[in-house]
Amino acid sequence: MHYGMCCLCVLQPRAVNVDLQTDATLQVDISDALSERDKVKFTVHTKSTLPNFKQNEFSVVRQHEEFIWLHDSFVENEDYAGYIIPPAPPRPDFDASREKLQKLGEGEGSMTKEEFTKMKQELEAEYLAIFKKTVAMHEVFLCRVAAHPVLRKDLNFHVFLEYNQDLSVRGKNKKEKLEDFFKNVVKSADGVLVAGVKDVDDFFEHEKTFLLEYHNRVKDASAKSDKMIRSHKSAADDINRIASSLYTLGTPAMFKFEFEFTSSVVESGLLRFCFIALQKIEARVAADEDLKLADLLKYYLRESQAAKDLLYRRSRALVDYENANKALDKARAKNRDVLQAETSQQLCCHKFEKISESAKQELIDFKTRRVAAFRKNLVELAELELKHAKGNLQLLQSCLGVLKGNT
Amino acid sequence: MNAYMAYKVSTQTTLAMFRNKTFTVRRRFSDFLGLYEKLSEKHGPNGFIVPPPPEKSILGMTKVKVGKDDSSAADFVERRRGALERYLQRVVNHPSLLQDPDVREFLEREELPRAVSTQALSGAGFLKMINKATDAVSKMTIKMNESDVWFEEKLQEVESADQHFRKLHTLVESLVIHRKELSLNTASFAKSAAMLGSAEDNTALSRALSQLAEVEDKMEQLHQDQAANDTFSFAELIADFIRLLGAVRGSFDQRMKAWQRWQDAQAMLQKKRETEAKLLWANKPDKLQLAKEEIAEWEAKVTQYERDFERVSATVRKEVIRFELIKYWEAFLPEAKAIA
Repeated sequence: MHYGMCCLCVLQPRAVNVDLQTDATLQVDISDALSERDKVKFTVHTKSTLPNFKQNEFSVVRQHEEFIWLHDSFVENEDYAGYIIPPAPPRPDFDASREKLQKLGEGEGSMTKEEFTKMKQELEAEYLAIFKKTVAMHEVFLCRVAAHPVLRKDLNFHVFLEYNQDLSVRGKNKKEKLEDFFKNVVKSADGVLVAGVKDVDDFFEHEKTFLLEYHNRVKDASAKSDKMIRSHKSAADDINRIASSLYTLGTPAMFKFEFEFTSSVVESGLLRFCFIALQKIEARVAADEDLKLADLLKYYLRESQAAKDLLYRRSRALVDYENANKALDKARAKNRDVLQAETSQQLCCHKFEKISESAKQELIDFKTRRVAAFRKNLVELAELELKHAKGNLQLLQSCLGVLKGNT
Repeated sequence: MNAYMAYKVSTQTTLAMFRNKTFTVRRRFSDFLGLYEKLSEKHGPNGFIVPPPPEKSILGMTKVKVGKDDSSAADFVERRRGALERYLQRVVNHPSLLQDPDVREFLEREELPRAVSTQALSGAGFLKMINKATDAVSKMTIKMNESDVWFEEKLQEVESADQHFRKLHTLVESLVIHRKELSLNTASFAKSAAMLGSAEDNTALSRALSQLAEVEDKMEQLHQDQAANDTFSFAELIADFIRLLGAVRGSFDQRMKAWQRWQDAQAMLQKKRETEAKLLWANKPDKLQLAKEEIAEWEAKVTQYERDFERVSATVRKEVIRFELIKYWEAFLPEAKAIA
């Protein structure tokens, strides 16, 4: 039996987890999404008063590869070297969930109807959650671009939003992937070299040190939170299976004869049920809370990497500038190709200063965004915890009530 | 070192057969096993469901003997105490077993002679015994022609319950492992979050993150450890019940054995009759006398075994019915459904 998911999800404009200004001149959201066997189709919906667009409101259908194309075009654009490029959304990954659904389908014969239905519901809910998350990630990316004063004017971005045919950007082939790999190796080696250069500017020196450490710690926290979530999920899965197993146990057909327990142990039986139910609620809830924290950490892992990339580009420009200075001095000393050296030096100087200026503002904005996002999420996390603690308390009290009633 | 753990067994009773109304004795774990062995030998073959003894645990006991000074040793002793109590309750709640002088002696007598050869009676050993009996039954020469469909149904129920509980037990054990894992991972996450908090240069956020780490650390760890313990106790209750189901199966097997004995005796009787017929034809008067004696002997045996079989069947039937306490579960069921 095949359990491919082909669901149509209608999504309302969501409260994104990054604090952004939305204004009437350009509003972008993902109004709809369709999950097919291998791919997800996002409906990108734009509302704009800008003159560049033919209409005020329009929609196109885009796939993940097209988002990546857009992101890469920003990264490769020299003019945007001085900006933090919003991190690309992660690839939609339903493999694990699909595998579980498949296994469930295969094992259908070995469990009762109720167990099967329950498990199926759980897995479908999980699939839906992953789906919603990937849509949100793609939407956040677009909103960040739309909110950025310079990036929102980018031509590729407008094409992405408006052109209602397929953009024909296939995924990278093997050769291109290999090129990327080498580029990254070179970049990281270069990055180490460049990082060693001490910056005259205190602001940037401080930022460099801070970002490096922060990025590493976020990476560690993100990894640990993922591990924690995985354990929580395994425990929750176990609890679900136990709960459905106990459910079957409660039916008269299964349980005609019994623990020849005295009534005090029957009560402990009721207690066991309460405990299982509690665990069930708590496990699902805890998973939701974990996800909130984990998503936040993952997002800032990517953002802090983007900020690091910006600093790298600036350092690179600084090194180029210093090299151009040295070349100019040498040319003047030898009195050869002076004009060429001068123009080259001026270009490098201009580039470096432009990057420095915008970088400063970008990094300050990054800080503000980060603090706001963490605050919002931590507050929501605390509120969720309170709500569920209250729910647990209620459940325990009602169990106690039933027990007291029975004796 | 020959230290051992002694458990205090206190009885309160109004029954006439005991010397006093309240009394206390000290018993070792092997004493309980010895009691089981005696009861099983005497009453098992008659079709009684003899309550199974608690698990032997080398690891747990070693921790206690070595004097390990943490909660795990104390937990182990407490769990064992609970299991032993459950065991005794089942024994004394059984109207026939309570009449057994060995039970009375166990509860009353100051000094009990040391039980020997209880090696085979660990939890695993017990189940092995039951399984061997079941194998013997399945190798029966003549397949039992079940005249009474009630027994067939009940055995079916026992076996399906056994399967179900074993599955449940595996699930619960898996949960224990995952909860322990979760406890460890939460602790390491809390540390990591604290580190993140200290790297954060916005002071308010830094403070908030550090507090989050602290809360996560304290609360979650405690919570998960507790849950792991609860789950472990739950697993033990289930294992206990699986052993009990094993005892029920054992009684069914005893009935089968009784039946087999009867059938074998009938077959033997048939053979003896054939021998007599042959001798009559061959005209050997002295051997004939012997043959007639043997026939009489086997006829008696057949009658005896048939009566035994009926008796054992009746006992098994009574025992199983005593087990069924629908009324508790019917009251319980709506709650259970609501929660699950």
